[in-house]
Amino acid sequence: MRIPQLSLFIDNQPGRMIVPCKLLADAGINIVTLSLADTKQFGILRLIVREWQRAREVLEAAGWVVAVTEVLAVEVDDRPGGLVELLRLFEQAGINVEYMYAFTARLGNRAMLVFRFDDLDAAISALTRAGINPVSPIGLYDHLDEE
Amino acid sequence: MNPATTAAQPLTALFHPASSPDFVPREPLWALQSQRLREVVCRTYEGVPLYRQRMQKHGVTPADIGTVEDVQRLPFTTKADLRDAYPLGMLAVPLHRVLRMHPIGGGPGQRMAAAYTKRDLAAWGELVVRCLASCGVSQGDVIQNACAYDLFTDGPGLHYAGECLGATVVPIAGGDAARQLAVMKDFGVSILCSTPSFLVYLLERAEKTGVDLRGLPLRAGVFVGEPWSEAMRKRIEESAGIKAYDVYGLPETIGPGMAVECRHQSGLHVFEDHFYPEIVDPASGAPRAQGEEGELVLTTLSKEAMPLVRYRTGDLTALLAGPCPCGRTLRRIRRIDRRADEMFVIQGVTVFPSQIEAALLAVEGALPPYQLVLTQEQGLDQLEVQIEVTARIVSDRVGAMEGLQSRLAEEIEKSLGISVPVRLVEPHAIERSQGKAKRVVDRRGASS
Repeated sequence: MRIPQLSLFIDNQPGRMIVPCKLLADAGINIVTLSLADTKQFGILRLIVREWQRAREVLEAAGWVVAVTEVLAVEVDDRPGGLVELLRLFEQAGINVEYMYAFTARLGNRAMLVFRFDDLDAAISALTRAGINPVSPIGLYDHLDEE
Repeated sequence: MNPATTAAQPLTALFHPASSPDFVPREPLWALQSQRLREVVCRTYEGVPLYRQRMQKHGVTPADIGTVEDVQRLPFTTKADLRDAYPLGMLAVPLHRVLRMHPIGGGPGQRMAAAYTKRDLAAWGELVVRCLASCGVSQGDVIQNACAYDLFTDGPGLHYAGECLGATVVPIAGGDAARQLAVMKDFGVSILCSTPSFLVYLLERAEKTGVDLRGLPLRAGVFVGEPWSEAMRKRIEESAGIKAYDVYGLPETIGPGMAVECRHQSGLHVFEDHFYPEIVDPASGAPRAQGEEGELVLTTLSKEAMPLVRYRTGDLTALLAGPCPCGRTLRRIRRIDRRADEMFVIQGVTVFPSQIEAALLAVEGALPPYQLVLTQEQGLDQLEVQIEVTARIVSDRVGAMEGLQSRLAEEIEKSLGISVPVRLVEPHAIERSQGKAKRVVDRRGASS
């Protein structure tokens, strides 16, 4: 269920973001979803990519330093309050969310969110106890293939 | 125990025979220095118009020089003199006696020449042999000479001395980390000669490719060519599993081989039989008291082709008092960890790159590639410290990167006493150094 996320440090200058995106595009690698966190000086580009090892190799060969972090994909009902219920669960279990963003794909009437936790193991336990199964990478990619 | 045999057990069993001139008692050393100084002053007075004119203007003649301390009566020589005299103006012998000429210095307007007669080459060889011996190198060692051979005296100087010592020399010069590491492993290299920056570069590449230098036969590094901090030395020694020695030398005076650390690594012994050191006030030229920091001034006592009298090195150091545990009678200078000409003033405070380097090492324990960018805004000098994001420090969390940036800024402020902006930059935004690291990028004078 742990999904590898790649992240890159990018100078906050015009034209910098295109570089890694083009590298991946040229290698025929499709980005499943992404998020860009920005500060005045730099951005951190986070990518979920199916062939993450190949993507990492392509980027590193071009001199990029790539961090790999394990994240979870969790479904929530795609209705008002869907996210709040999940966040409340985390709060009660004392789980800290570092950051989150959404998948572009949906599973039926459920939205999928990417979560990066302070303590991934604790988050997985809390979710399991609550009967919530994060989407596994296989599940995620099978679903994408069906679409 | 038989006293005769214990008496015959020399302390010098710990030292290479080539090091014996390092132990000459002060009295005969002083007499030798005085004699050699008289010879040098005669040679320069007679052979080099610049020296003769200057001495005459100063009201000094060779007859005024009796003991080595009389060197203080003579005028200084500067880098500008060498540049102005380029190429052959400082030659004290006819060209046909010069067996080697190294082009040194920088680009147009900064070029200088280093010339050697046969005796100069022999003396240089002996001095670098004494350096290597002081670092524990001997026959049976395999020396990887990664010092530059073109436009630098380090490569050839260490190469020749290594062979004189009877060691196995691998003249690989710089470049290609993968090749360097392969050779280091394949040839069973025990000694590395290079700049400290070069080993830092190799260590970075080694880490990336999963090579651990600590598992190799490499046991010592003889480092030349640039100032480096004590913190950098500790870092190198730990990461590479070696003892890291400092060798000091300027190509204008002879090349590497003017002063070297011994196994105690507490100051560099100056080869006083060939160089007379003085410490002066950089502004006035007045002598400083023993132990006080000032500019190192050197007089070459044995050089024939291009002797230098009271040469202002621009390096800041002090003469250390007291004997060294190694027993050498040669006085020591304090390690030179900063280049005087890389110093600049920001917000009224003098800043040396080494201070910033120490701060980075304190936070990270490692040294990411960094650069100090100087600009000028409204007539005031500004400094920005740029630090490259390496695999060691990269994170997926903005908070972690910003936290690191603050810690670095805080530590730098502690070190300098002023607050300067710190910017994290993309990987490989900062040019790697294979030779001497260029830490300071000076954009002052460029239109803002």
